[in-house]
Formats: sequence, structure tokens, C-alpha cells
Amino acid sequence: MSDWLSNFLGDPQALLVLVIAGFLPNEVWRMLGLWFGGGVDEGSEVLIWVRAVATAILAGVIAQILVQPPGALASVPDWLRYGAVAAGFAAFMLTRRSIFAGVVCGEVALVAGKWWLG
Amino acid sequence: MTALRLGLLDAGRVRQRYAGTTHIVRLHVALPPLDSPNWQSPLRAFAWGLRSVTTTVLALVLFATYLGIGALAHDSHFSLGWVLGSTILVWAGPAQIILISTLGSGATVVQAAIAVAVSAIRLFPMVVSVLPLLRTPETRRRHLVLAAHFIAVTLWVECYRLLPQVPRERRIVFTHGLGCGLLTVCLFATTIGYGLAANLPQLFAAGILMLTPLAFLLSTARNSRQLSDVLALVLGLALYPLASRLHTGVDILISGIVAGTIAYGAHWWRERA
Repeated sequence: MSDWLSNFLGDPQALLVLVIAGFLPNEVWRMLGLWFGGGVDEGSEVLIWVRAVATAILAGVIAQILVQPPGALASVPDWLRYGAVAAGFAAFMLTRRSIFAGVVCGEVALVAGKWWLG
Repeated sequence: MTALRLGLLDAGRVRQRYAGTTHIVRLHVALPPLDSPNWQSPLRAFAWGLRSVTTTVLALVLFATYLGIGALAHDSHFSLGWVLGSTILVWAGPAQIILISTLGSGATVVQAAIAVAVSAIRLFPMVVSVLPLLRTPETRRRHLVLAAHFIAVTLWVECYRLLPQVPRERRIVFTHGLGCGLLTVCLFATTIGYGLAANLPQLFAAGILMLTPLAFLLSTARNSRQLSDVLALVLGLALYPLASRLHTGVDILISGIVAGTIAYGAHWWRERA
């Protein structure tokens, strides 16, 4: 039982890292929004810049997963990963921005391509 | 009063900008009418919030995203407890992915914390714009702490769609129900994704890891209405491979700030011209 629990929780230090590097820097913005929310104009120039930077960081994360893929995704050749994303994006645009259609099409392209390569 | 009015105006502006986001949600919502006795008990209001999870297609997108996050955590050698903890405590897909991928690729705690903090700034305007919908004159800040914690892009979009159909004095408890429901869905998805990555043949494990970039790319593309958002997305994708050659540990931060600032500059320049 305690074996299972220590397996489940893993390294206690990693849990501390989760709180310091994950929970606190993320939650602070929600609480700041709650405390100082009244006085900030949602359409202000600073927030437009903030949104642009946050979007670009997210884009960087997407690119990182595609360019330096983790685990099993690394077994897929580069061209197939990029091709699957392109196929998903094309389906998304053709279906008047349906996320569902795009994700399904990208997944089918990736899995079918990898299966065909063997 | 002025502050309240300002808040309401802001909410209107956000609704306008993101109006496109809500129309993927085509399922019928059958909430009781505003004056129904159904709303008298807070517990039932909570249950209606919980039940509303089944009426949103966004829950499906969240499910796929969190399958990917569970799989990513497994392949980056985190424990199941750790990734479930991150889903509860962080409750923001992008921040979790940044955390997992930066720590997984050997960044220090400080580097990871900076990257998460910068990515999470966007939660600030979201919380600010939802608060006027939740508040009544009697509401204290501490009543809103949990609701604020639940705010992330999905709940934020759903608040605009559903809260107008909920009596104002039951909105906080309704939001708690909705948040708990979505969190439960995501905890299941995280666990399933983690288990699948551990047990599936490589072919399907690769497919599950691919869910994350696909779902994030497409939902961000969908939410990008302004020139600055679209440019930030495109430039952010294009600049990361260049920044990653610097091997600084904060490559994502560098490409993000540069791409975001260029995108904002283009927006500023166009407004001026």
C-alpha cells in the first residue's frame, strides 16, 4: 500500500517544484485579478501586449513539442509531424474553424502515416 | 458604481471579441428559467452547474488536451500524483504543458517558474472581465477565491454563455459546480492519458502526444481575432526554432517576448497609421 502511494506521488521534491514553479506563478495572476480587477480596462494597450506575448509563448510551446518531440512522438519522422499539423490546420480552415475536425484530421494523418511507414 | 459600469462595459467588449468562440457550442442548454424554484437551493444550483458540463463541446476539447497532458507527463517521467496535482493546482493547460516540457527538458525551477508566470498573465484580464458577472453588492472577495481559481479559457467562455441564464445570487455556486465538473473530466482524462502512454503501442502513444499541439494550435487560432493575436501565433511558431539554438533554458520566453512584442508593434503601428 505504501509502495503504491510512494509510486503514485513520486519524488517529494518534485511536488515542491510543482508548487513553486507551477502553482504559485500561475495562481498569482488570478488573485491579482481578483484584488485589483476593478481598475483595469480590458481593452488597454498593456493588456493587448500581454495577450500577444502570452499567445506567442503558447505558440513557442507548440513549436517545441513539434520540433523537439517528447517520448513516443520522437519515433515519428519530422516531415510526418509537420505534415499532420498542416493537414489538421487545413481541415480546420475548410470546416469554418472546427477544432474537432482539425484535431481528428491531424490525428488520422499522423497515425495512418506512421502505420504505413511501419 | 462607476467601477461596476466600467466592468460591465469591459465584459461586453470581451464578449464581442470572442463571440466566435461560443458558436462551436451548438448543444441545447436546458437551464430552468430565472424565476424557477429550482434556483432557490444553492445545492441545486451547484448541481445545475455540474450538469452543464455535459452541454459543452469545449469539454471534449479539454478532454483531448488533458489526455495529451497525461501522456506528456508520463513520457517526461513525472508521477501520476504529480500530474494530477498539477491539474488541480495549476488548472491551466498551457501552463501545465510549459511546466512539464521545461522541467522535462532540464530547465531549472526558476526558469520554469518564469516561463509559467509569463504565460499565465493572460489569466489576469480573464478574471477581471468575469468578476462583474459574478458579483452582487453583498459579495465579499473571499467568496470569489475558488471561482477565480477555476477561471481558465474554457470556464471563462462558458461563463459568458451560461451565467446570463442563472439568477445573480446563485452564479458563484453555479460556477463552482461547473468548475468542479470540468475539473473531474480533466482528472479522468489526465489519468487515462498517463495510463495510455504507459501501455499503448508506440503508434497510438505518438497519436496521443500529438493531441496537445493540435488542440492548442487550433483553439488558439480560433480565439485569435485581432491582427496582434494572429501575428503573435505565427511569429511565435516561426521564432521558436531559431531561439532554441541559443540553448538558454528560457528559449520559449525569448521567442515569446520577441514575437509578442513585434506583433504588438504591428498592431500599434496600424492603429497609428
